[in-house]
Amino acid sequence: MPETAPGFAVIGKSAPMLDGKARVSGLAVYTADMTLPGMLYGKVLHSTVPHARIVRIDTSRAGALPGVHAVVVGNEFPNRYGILPIGHDEAAIAVDKVRYIGDNVAAVAADTEAIADEALRLVQVEYAPLRAWFDAEESMRAERDLIHDDRPHNIEKHYSHNFGDVDTAFARAHLVREDRFRCPAVTHAAMEPHATLAAMQIDGGITVWSSTQVPYYLQRTIANVLEMPESAVRVIKPAVGGGFGGKSEVCPLEVIAAMLSKKCGRPVRITYSREEVFFTHRGRPSQIVDLKTGVDRDGKILAVAAATIQDGGAFCGYGPVTVLYSGNLLAGIYQIENLRYDGFRVLTNKPSCGAMRGHGTVNMRFAFESQLDMIASQLGIDPVEMRRRNLLKPPCFTVNNLRVTSYGFPECIDRVVEASGWRERKGKMPRGRGLGVAGSHYVTGAANPINRSDMPHSSVTLKADRDGAFTIYSGASDIGQGCDVMQVMIVAEVLGVDPSRVRLVAADTGTTPVDLGSYSSRVTFMCGNAAKRAAEELKKEIYRVSAEAQKASGKPIPQNFDEALRLALEASGVIVAHGHYAPPEAARGGHFKGAGVGPSPSYSYSAQVAEVVVDEETGEVRIEKIWAAHDCGRALNPVAVEGQVIGSVSMGLGQALQEEMIWRNGFLMNPGLLEYRSPASCDAASPDIESFIVESIDPEGPFGAKEASEGSLAASIPAVANAIYDAVGVRIMELPLTPEKILRALKQKKKAAA
Amino acid sequence: MRKELVDLSINGRRHELAVEPNRTLLDVLREDLRLTGTKCGCDDSSCGACTVVVDGQPMLSCLLLAVSYQDSQIQTIESLATQGELGALQRGFVQEGGSQCGFCTPGMVMSLHTLLESTADPTEEEVRAAISGNICRCTGYMQICRAVRHAVAEIREEEIREKERLHA
Repeated sequence: MPETAPGFAVIGKSAPMLDGKARVSGLAVYTADMTLPGMLYGKVLHSTVPHARIVRIDTSRAGALPGVHAVVVGNEFPNRYGILPIGHDEAAIAVDKVRYIGDNVAAVAADTEAIADEALRLVQVEYAPLRAWFDAEESMRAERDLIHDDRPHNIEKHYSHNFGDVDTAFARAHLVREDRFRCPAVTHAAMEPHATLAAMQIDGGITVWSSTQVPYYLQRTIANVLEMPESAVRVIKPAVGGGFGGKSEVCPLEVIAAMLSKKCGRPVRITYSREEVFFTHRGRPSQIVDLKTGVDRDGKILAVAAATIQDGGAFCGYGPVTVLYSGNLLAGIYQIENLRYDGFRVLTNKPSCGAMRGHGTVNMRFAFESQLDMIASQLGIDPVEMRRRNLLKPPCFTVNNLRVTSYGFPECIDRVVEASGWRERKGKMPRGRGLGVAGSHYVTGAANPINRSDMPHSSVTLKADRDGAFTIYSGASDIGQGCDVMQVMIVAEVLGVDPSRVRLVAADTGTTPVDLGSYSSRVTFMCGNAAKRAAEELKKEIYRVSAEAQKASGKPIPQNFDEALRLALEASGVIVAHGHYAPPEAARGGHFKGAGVGPSPSYSYSAQVAEVVVDEETGEVRIEKIWAAHDCGRALNPVAVEGQVIGSVSMGLGQALQEEMIWRNGFLMNPGLLEYRSPASCDAASPDIESFIVESIDPEGPFGAKEASEGSLAASIPAVANAIYDAVGVRIMELPLTPEKILRALKQKKKAAA
Repeated sequence: MRKELVDLSINGRRHELAVEPNRTLLDVLREDLRLTGTKCGCDDSSCGACTVVVDGQPMLSCLLLAVSYQDSQIQTIESLATQGELGALQRGFVQEGGSQCGFCTPGMVMSLHTLLESTADPTEEEVRAAISGNICRCTGYMQICRAVRHAVAEIREEEIREKERLHA
């Protein structure tokens, strides 16, 4: 067992998940495992056409089927919502028109799933088709048949940024490269399909259990759509089987289950099929990146101009955030003093995209780190050296006002260079075998909340109990990343007690204070700080109350914590303290349009080396090994950090080699786990991954910690692309890096040489 | 559809149930018997989350019709912990981070449990082959392989202790 970090009793020693035993025994309760007395099964009817007006919808036969208790259509609950305040363009069930194949048209609640399915078959829908837009570049030229009437040319959002003097810098550059990179859409494919159980209460309230990363946003949305006060909506997050961003905005089934339950007054559970999960999507958009980089003779970056088009699907969702992360975070890892960015988020008649692990940064990083290698190769500079020459010099503010404090990136590079034998082996390997390096980074929580306010992003309440234990009340949502045990560790460390004395009540809007949710890798930093402060306050309060009580009776003031605790509880029965966290003003970014996205109290860093073997006969890539170093500030729980880093790399390798959503006329051709191919245990995308933890000790993180769950994903993809180039001399600029593309490139190269 | 009376042997207990002949073993486990440890990740035999052990072999319960397995011994994840005491494999998963979101874990554990019954000290290739039909989106399989090594080492130590006790 690894020891704790020096000076700590709990922090730095690997701890299992709080409900680890339950998870390995089949006893953890996920939403789809739950039933309630009188519970009905909900099912949703989906659109079979990509873009059409709903002329007529007849649910009378479905409603008359024995065993059916409620049928609901869109115009019964017309209030729009969306995760961003600037994007309230969704109705859980389509009102008037459908916008993608899979859009929601009607829903039923019935005694059994079989009856519900039968009822859906009896719903008659008449559509008047509209021209559908499937290609983002084509969609941007649309004059008619717009997807949303208030979005001319189907452009959801366009951001245009210019920092420094980009044109002058390009003019004095020794070398300028311009390249186009393409990335198809990929999706989360969390193992747990979405599920929601909604139970209307006799007193007019509603309780909702859901597989969500954001219980508080769900509470707000249901209150809005059902026209109920927020206080009447209680959202509880049971065990969640992975999210990766796919459950970080409200999904239609969550609202539909609530609608059905309100309509029939009985509990209703909806569980998505795997196919429905794919058609719900909310994943990483298909993206075109036009990247221009100018460098001086030594490879120092002088200017970067990036233009990008993201195919966002039918709704706004997180779209503006995704396109802003793509641009604003360009400045967060290397020194770039002159930066131009043009980002388009375009609507198409496909399922809405959303946040996915590494949100907004991944496709851009593939382009950037690939191009950096191409430049290094042209200048004859070693790719590692190329990166070292362009490091940030923190603490600093970037050209677009991101505040960078801790920066373990240089050490990350050192660690993987050393472990992979880069210096000794690079350029000396047999043909077909290659090494590639890349870096990446990510925010440790968004410094600005989605709904602007100055309230804390996380609050934690901590209670001392008469049995000598402590209970944390926290809104943070554990979705498998281990934030429950993280809070227990922090509280135990501060109080100086064994973690077994600390209990946790979490993610229940009816009992726990607000935490904004598990997205943007914010929980360790924000909720961790809130938990730490709550524990510090509680400790003070215990000593204060016990000292007062002792003074009053003329007895000595206790010096020992447990003695103080006993006396304080005797004096007041219960002791409660709170802790909060809101990011400091200095970390909240600049004042230009779109400046709100990208700023974070802290950034994580990753450097990776990939070793690949490419078969020139078949184009197949075998990844021999990935060395991945991640700067997570202080590793509070090393086994969890390692799990998150390796998991990120794994997801990156899936996108690098084999994952892709394949569309034909708006119809998803691979809506199943076999067809979509997230990495299986024997795939090339599941190699030996060696992770290294780099601890930069962040000045503001709880005990110095920052994020570990997302920052490593983006580097894996360009590291592999760069290694393929090193192995066989071909540069693939479109994901995934399939054998077909590699063979085609090899053939072209041969032809050009002949 | 008319129901048929079936007699299933699950985790060493017999269950007499009336089920429609088109219902899968997965549905009967989860809905009729409320053994919800076995998960449904796809319902089309793609993901392995519903793996149970049937007559010593890991099988996908979403593919099996319950009426056809009346003469079989069926074992689910709920059978592995006895009176709250985890087995060595489960302890390995907990200690090594082999389970993050936990949704693939029951199926994964059942596949590996079967492997360890036949192969005391599997190679990494054998471990990966045994779970090649169990998709995990969280771990990249690294910590699952470590969980198995942890379990193998623990079982071996226990055997050595047992032998020493017998010799003493």
